[in-house]
Amino acid sequence: MRLHSENIKPPRALWVPFELGRPLGVPNDAEFQHKVIASAFDLLERDAGPVLEDFPEDVPGGTPNEGEFEMAGQVCPIDLPPPVSDDSDIMQALEAEIGRLAPWYEMAVNERGRTTVGVSEVEIPDAARFVVGMAQEKAPEIPRGDLERGPCLKVCSEDLKAFYSEAISAQPGMSTSLAVENWLWNKTMLGKILWQLRNVGLESDDEFTRYHAQRSLVPDRQIHLYEEIPRVFESFSLQRK
Amino acid sequence: MSKLTIPLMARLEDIPAGEREMLKKLPLPEFDGTPFVKLEKPLTECRISLLSTAAIQKRNDKLFWRGAVDYRIIPGDVDHGDVVMSHSSVNFDRSGFQQDLNVCFPLGRLHELADDGTIGSVGSFHFSVIGGSEPEKLEDSAREIARILKQDGVDVLFLVPI
Repeated sequence: MRLHSENIKPPRALWVPFELGRPLGVPNDAEFQHKVIASAFDLLERDAGPVLEDFPEDVPGGTPNEGEFEMAGQVCPIDLPPPVSDDSDIMQALEAEIGRLAPWYEMAVNERGRTTVGVSEVEIPDAARFVVGMAQEKAPEIPRGDLERGPCLKVCSEDLKAFYSEAISAQPGMSTSLAVENWLWNKTMLGKILWQLRNVGLESDDEFTRYHAQRSLVPDRQIHLYEEIPRVFESFSLQRK
Repeated sequence: MSKLTIPLMARLEDIPAGEREMLKKLPLPEFDGTPFVKLEKPLTECRISLLSTAAIQKRNDKLFWRGAVDYRIIPGDVDHGDVVMSHSSVNFDRSGFQQDLNVCFPLGRLHELADDGTIGSVGSFHFSVIGGSEPEKLEDSAREIARILKQDGVDVLFLVPI
């Protein structure tokens, strides 16, 4: 935040107007990223500090605003079955959804030459079973012997989100952060399960699990949408807590 | 050694209310002054390393957890496919990082700048911490990172907050 730099006064700082998570502005846009870096390195020419200057450009298309936030990603790019209401079918539905996304995930990995999935060191199907089991309060076996239940749940959740995000962003029209985020949290079985996991976690006696549910599972802007704009959720088959 | 930082991005008004209020009220460290250093050589001769607060790490390295005050080493010749993220926060976009490491850790871009002579060279070692930890508790890690950078002959540390 510019506010923080104004107060901390580092020797040289370049404020940029991009969304959090994208300090260099645009993925896979070397020209734009080099512009940002060049502006930052220009600050090395200043003879006195502290220096705080603003990068003058926004990303092409601008930073998404709240109106775009509500609508981005609302068109489902993959023909997924409607969410199920019977708990016994949830694991089957999630496995089917993962199966449909798998070709897109493989395409993304082949195109990018990398994946960020794997921080949990748990295979995706096992991570899915564990997360579903936790969401259904069944105390499933922890798939990693060196982690406690809460931390393992965190990294398994993140790997599942990464798998989904990498897969869907390989589709045309799904490269923006808001499109990916809105799709995952509002149009997928995984999103439904993670919302359920949040509800369960908020009531947990375990401090780590409770914090995970409060602050480290669902992005604040999705919680804001969920709690403040119920009309958006009237079209989704989600149950509000 | 000059220090150059890029501060956190985004306009406060673009951030949801809860996160925005937390960020506005965040207690900030106080320093006696600003350790400003003039650059004594042209950029074309400078050796540059990166420091990220995105909690990135090499695959199978020790995970970051909330409040951690240690750091991870990212070698200058790391395979981009060997870099993953274990940040506790979910309130910043990760899809950009998933599509392109350079959008939050521009190591590839530094190598391009070294190849075309814009900068002197890329440091052998780059570093990552988890943002959100109490800054004062990161002092030991910061001093150790500075020591390593000096030994590697680094002139400029490019801090890229997430």
